[in-house]
Amino acid sequence: MFSPSDLAAIWLTLKLATVTTLLLLLIGTPIAWRLARMRSWWKGPLAAVVAMPLVLPPTVLGFYLLLLMGPHGPVGRFTEWAGIGLLPFSFGGLVVASVIYSLPFVVQPLQNAFEAIGERPLEAAATLRASPLDAFFSVAVPLAKPGFLTATILGFAHTVGEFGIVLMIGGNIPDKTRVVSVQIYDHVEAMDYAAAHGLAAGMVVFSFLVLLALYLLNSRGRRS
Amino acid sequence: MSVAARFALAWPGFALDVDLDLPGSGVTALFGQSGCGKTTLLRCMAGLERGSGRLAVNGETWQDETRFVPTHQRPLGYVFQDARLFAHLDVARNLDFGMRRSRGAATVKRDAIIDLLGLGPLLDRLPERLSGGEQQRVAIARALLAAPRLLLMDEPLASLDHARKQEFLPWLERLRDELEIPIIYVSHAPDEVARLADHIVVMDAGRAVAQGPLAETLARIDLPIRLGEDAGAVFAATVAERDAEWHLARVEFAGGELWVRDNGTPVGRDVRVRILARDVSIANSRHDDISIMNLLPATVVAHAAEDHPSQVLVQLRVGETLLLGRLTRRSAQRLDLAPGREVWVQIKAVALVG
Repeated sequence: MFSPSDLAAIWLTLKLATVTTLLLLLIGTPIAWRLARMRSWWKGPLAAVVAMPLVLPPTVLGFYLLLLMGPHGPVGRFTEWAGIGLLPFSFGGLVVASVIYSLPFVVQPLQNAFEAIGERPLEAAATLRASPLDAFFSVAVPLAKPGFLTATILGFAHTVGEFGIVLMIGGNIPDKTRVVSVQIYDHVEAMDYAAAHGLAAGMVVFSFLVLLALYLLNSRGRRS
Repeated sequence: MSVAARFALAWPGFALDVDLDLPGSGVTALFGQSGCGKTTLLRCMAGLERGSGRLAVNGETWQDETRFVPTHQRPLGYVFQDARLFAHLDVARNLDFGMRRSRGAATVKRDAIIDLLGLGPLLDRLPERLSGGEQQRVAIARALLAAPRLLLMDEPLASLDHARKQEFLPWLERLRDELEIPIIYVSHAPDEVARLADHIVVMDAGRAVAQGPLAETLARIDLPIRLGEDAGAVFAATVAERDAEWHLARVEFAGGELWVRDNGTPVGRDVRVRILARDVSIANSRHDDISIMNLLPATVVAHAAEDHPSQVLVQLRVGETLLLGRLTRRSAQRLDLAPGREVWVQIKAVALVG
């Protein structure tokens, strides 16, 4: 049903989404924690920066990332100096772009979950000898489990679904940066509607299943 | 052995400024209206609120000008108004949370406290499947198992209805009698204070307006804030006799004896007696032709004006015990109740409170 290049694109997409989601959980959790507990006026600007990818066209984001990570950009100079080479048009570049692009989809559910928990259980933990770090892992994280589930699923699904920023940063290199959404675009360009249908329908089913899982998990989380 | 607490803290519209020297054992009640700063003071003691000041608990300094021991390093137990059990852990794991982190220093045994608070059947339940009273019992056990050297309780009965409260108070009394650590108990309910406290701090607008042993302080009539309908004396007594025919018990106290409703307390047991000022009336001579059983000779010590201009509060001495009586200013004048005058007090109702 799928051609080898389709399968390569699917594999690459899943790899990209997995790596991105793991990195997002690592980066997004402390950001969400800080945002949820911040009282200073910095909270507004910081929250706005994190939410920017929600409203910016992917081309704008991609354009600036391209400049930053290119041979004349500060990030590009640093990665060349560090011996990593240039990030644009590589898998690493895609990961960086995806992490930034999907950041709000991970930070916001986590921030909401942390805010819903509030200070009370953490104060109780402190009176029971739990250090702040201990309380975070033994109280805040387990209580925020539904938030983590939502964040993981949304981060993964949103990375699978991106297109514009992938094209800007990754281009269209088979096995390296050609993900499913780009592959579909190629099939359509080549008027190969049958192949496009295969992948597109797959995406529709995938998205539906992801959102269904999210709904079911959340409603079960509320019951238990 | 004492708890020395001095705290100052200012928020918009509220300032806390107290300097207390509390006993190093027994129950100290922080008593006052909502908003008087009781909870804030308790939170300062726990390090949950950062007031400037000093806190030393039985010789150990937890906070002073140069040092602020964070909450999780203070060996305290805190029982919140809203139990605050961890929703993701069952009762057993809630109990173990603080116990594990205090590395087995607990002075109370896990099994003993589970037994004392009747938690055995609840151990594998999640907090959401517990009633308010059960949650509060778990919260108290959880705090005690963390090996506290100071137990802070913030209106632990506030979320319970009257029936639950009556069911719960005996648990608290048993705890009080079995623990050797100081307990600071925040409350705005005079009946809880009368029943549980040995020492009382009366707070108003962020300040401690009176503090001292319970009986002495409750019998004072010079307090800037009054207890209103709840003004009354509390003192210790011993059950001396139980009359099976009339279902009455005779209790002896320093100054005389009283007949009270027999509630099953065995002879020889120490009890607390509470007599509200509104239940005390005064006569210049002894009257035996009335329904009131408890008639005692007393001496007028002092009186003070009440909030309503028609009323006065009279402090009376019966033997070594101080009582309060409320009567109208007109009656006080008619009876000529000057300090030093010998009178008879007629006590309409006596409550045994634990």
